[in-house]
Amino acid sequence: MEKQAVQRAREAFLAGRSRPLEFRVQQLKSLQRMITDRQGEIATALKQDINRSQYDTPLFELIGLENEISLAVSKLAQWAAPRPVERNLLTISDQAYIQSEPLGVVLIIGAWNYPWALTLQPLVGAIAAGNAAVVKPSELSEYSASLLKALLPRYLDQELYPVVCGGVSETQELLRQRFDHVFYTGNSTVGKLVMEAAARHLTPVTLELGGKSPCYIDKDVDLRVACRRITWGKFVNCGQTCIAPDYILCEPSIQNRVVEGIRQTLLEFYGPDPKSSPDYGRIINQRHFNRLMTLLEGYTATVGGQSDSSQRYIAPTVVKDVPPQARLMQEEIFGPLLPIVTVSDIDDAIHFINEREKPLALYVFSSNKKVIKRMLAETTSGGVTVNDVIMHYTLNSLPFGGVGQSGTGRYHGKHTFDQFSHHRACLVKSLGMEEVHMVRYPPQNRQKVRRVRLAMRTSLVDFSKGTYIWAVTASIVALGLLVALTVILIITAGVSCTCL
Amino acid sequence: MLGVVLESRSIQQYPVSLFYQSLTQCGSRMSREQLVVERARRAFQTGMSKPLKFRVHQLKNLHRFITERRKDIADAVNKDLNKTEHSTELFETLGLEGEIDVAVERLAEWAAPRPVEKSLLTILDEVYIQPEPLGVVLIIGAWNYPWAVTLQPLIAAIAAGNAAVVKPSEVSSHSAKVMEELLSLYLDKELYPVVCGGVSETQELLRQRFDHIFYTGNSTVGKLVMEAAARHLTPVTLELGGKSPCYIDKDVDLRVACRRITWGKFVNCGQTCIAPDYILCEPSIQDRVVEEIRKCIMEFYTDDPKSFEDYGRIINQRHFQRVMSLLEGSTVAIGGDSDQSQCYIGPTVLKDVTGGSKVMQEEIFGPLLPIVTVSGVDEAIQFINEREKPLALYVFSPDNKLIRRVIAETSSGALVANDCLVHFTVSALPFGGVGNSGMGRYHSQHGFDQLSHLRACLIKKLNLEDANAMRYPPHTAKKLGWARFFLLKRVNLRRLRRMALLALFSAMAAFIVQRFLR
Repeated sequence: MEKQAVQRAREAFLAGRSRPLEFRVQQLKSLQRMITDRQGEIATALKQDINRSQYDTPLFELIGLENEISLAVSKLAQWAAPRPVERNLLTISDQAYIQSEPLGVVLIIGAWNYPWALTLQPLVGAIAAGNAAVVKPSELSEYSASLLKALLPRYLDQELYPVVCGGVSETQELLRQRFDHVFYTGNSTVGKLVMEAAARHLTPVTLELGGKSPCYIDKDVDLRVACRRITWGKFVNCGQTCIAPDYILCEPSIQNRVVEGIRQTLLEFYGPDPKSSPDYGRIINQRHFNRLMTLLEGYTATVGGQSDSSQRYIAPTVVKDVPPQARLMQEEIFGPLLPIVTVSDIDDAIHFINEREKPLALYVFSSNKKVIKRMLAETTSGGVTVNDVIMHYTLNSLPFGGVGQSGTGRYHGKHTFDQFSHHRACLVKSLGMEEVHMVRYPPQNRQKVRRVRLAMRTSLVDFSKGTYIWAVTASIVALGLLVALTVILIITAGVSCTCL
Repeated sequence: MLGVVLESRSIQQYPVSLFYQSLTQCGSRMSREQLVVERARRAFQTGMSKPLKFRVHQLKNLHRFITERRKDIADAVNKDLNKTEHSTELFETLGLEGEIDVAVERLAEWAAPRPVEKSLLTILDEVYIQPEPLGVVLIIGAWNYPWAVTLQPLIAAIAAGNAAVVKPSEVSSHSAKVMEELLSLYLDKELYPVVCGGVSETQELLRQRFDHIFYTGNSTVGKLVMEAAARHLTPVTLELGGKSPCYIDKDVDLRVACRRITWGKFVNCGQTCIAPDYILCEPSIQDRVVEEIRKCIMEFYTDDPKSFEDYGRIINQRHFQRVMSLLEGSTVAIGGDSDQSQCYIGPTVLKDVTGGSKVMQEEIFGPLLPIVTVSGVDEAIQFINEREKPLALYVFSPDNKLIRRVIAETSSGALVANDCLVHFTVSALPFGGVGNSGMGRYHSQHGFDQLSHLRACLIKKLNLEDANAMRYPPHTAKKLGWARFFLLKRVNLRRLRRMALLALFSAMAAFIVQRFLR
């Protein structure tokens, strides 16, 4: 079944249907309609999957999608247009440009924590780039998966963008097929398997994985605001966010105040009983619930710690003085448990972060520019937000992706379009000026080589900063002179005319 | 501006780090390759490859290496591939010197933070992309241009601030030896070690963990490289090959077209990844094409290419046998002569070749030029699309519409109209394949970006907290309305700036007029 869906998608792609810009825009607008028309059903599915509140759905899934679609629709012509490049003396009369082309049939494997955003956002880019796309939503968010399977064919071309549902064996079958790009969102273990399967066909991959995103709090920072922002980012979707602040690093002297700050904020957000708050989510399934409870074993929660297995509810929990070797610190938590690890100073914090795998996100809370600069210069991560959490995800001009174990490739906005395109180098020459080319033909000698050297290395346009500043200054001065001249002319005209 | 510039900052060595532990415990069992990679990683972690001054210094040293050791390099290439000194300069070192110059000149620009377009929500924040080194890169070179394809990625790796383990191809053994002996005299030994060896040494290297692997070679090994990389989730750049088609329109000036094709094909004895692999043309011009190529071969290589110094040799016996066996079943129109003792194959053209011929089943990588006849551009496009996406596609035609049609209806790493190979020299064009011909790209800034991590940075302040209220629970419809507004409203800052400037000028002009008209 999977094989047939891929085959049909490839035939539809080869027929050329997905390439015209009008078609791509029309499909994207259709996708937009699906999201707007079916918002209620989507929200219901999410509530059943993960107890998502009715406001979190648009806030975290749908507004982002809308944004991506409207950006793609308005900029598609620009993105798909040929991009001219700098030439040298040898190619002075030629056209040299980069042409973005569709790759072919791409595979998008979604995740369960934001089943709509993480599955459809890549699809927006794939459609915009002119590809066919096989969409495989995560089976763990089963209501969303079956809703997507029912809805997508009603709004998008059924053959070009089929939805394939299923579990591990269906996914493995899909991965045996040949694609032109595989886009996977999930964990590193499966990420390796995806890349290995892709290697057999020499298929490029984008892997949006995870990791433990550290959150460093400087001791001289406004803790009230810092803790509020961290609390928001951590407990949204019950901690099941790939870029949630996984753990806190701070000096022992402020640890208690940090705990208090979080405690107060939790009260503000979810009330005294988060279980009854409509805005507080649940764990996706029993397996993850058990996994999280095991992480907590042996540690006493300073805040929260309550749970209810029947509802897969875990209260927003903070654990302080967590040792680096604790289980909580060995794997990505992906749940509402927030460990605080104390470090002696910023050096210690940087060491701690660098001893571990490169995370998907890094968070630094500080009002000291030097601290921020050091943190950024001496560590690495997929992305960084300073003095807030998660927000770099919302800006689609920033590329979103990991590095090292947290992933490879990036997307959002134009980056998705680029990721799903082939940037073909095009050089269109004419058959004239053959005398110029005689230097490269055998037999070779010293003079010929020298002439080629000269022709190849002279660049035509100087893009250096100095020239740019000079050009801008010259333009301003020239404009100023022009204005002055015009004014003088007006005045002299006025003087000669007696109507003044 | 926060100005996050990567500075020299030596990170204190951790007294008890995993690396030291593993080294002391299994020191005796560590392979040579493992040790080299460990040393490179430790050198990288001291932070010494990060400062721009250091990178520029190393690049300039590399430039000196190429200029000072020109003779050694040329001798090595001559022994490997029977190329003359001028050929080596033209095809290997000239490109390298150009790349180094561009990198040295532009490095500050490439490595600087790149500001991006802001949204209404982030209008007061600093938003930029910061290029960062990845860590330790593995560069596996190829034998056909042993210096160009091994050192060009190294230039990108150094420019991006990485450490790099260089593994030149053992097939071009003289060049590999010279590289191993001499490179360490010019570049930092620990950051940029050269590791020589064959299949087992390469496999041992591939078992180590890298932050990026850059491989140039064939698709079969490319798959193995990617599989090995997958085990560590290491991103890869694969510069592979394929059969690069060359379509000749019947209305084109055959004299010039054939000269360029002949040049592109027989350079380095056909052992170029972007050489025109085979010709597609209509039967009516086939004989003329053959004649023109014959004339050009005479012009370039005299009537006895074997004794002519600018005509190369096949790299080794294995490839010689492989290429000779491709002749099976095809009609030789020009050449076909060979001398096994010298690994010499004369410039050969095959005519009336069909899609099923042996010579059309694999990348030739030798001086055999098959001509396949097609009824027109439609059949040519179909023929090309039935096969794997090639590394390069060549079209010879005076008709721009036809060229645009070929571009629109086919895919390839690159496309050149009315010439061969030269896109390699336009450093602003990304060089790389698609599908079976590879993934990733390099040359100039593309190489720098490929071997960097482009980190998304958002620097906010802790004030204006009230603005965030709309995202915090408890959620209400009103808050959501505000969130929608801020997230969806796109602000065109450039237009605002232009309008503000215009308003300023108008005000200034009005003021001047007002003042002087009194």
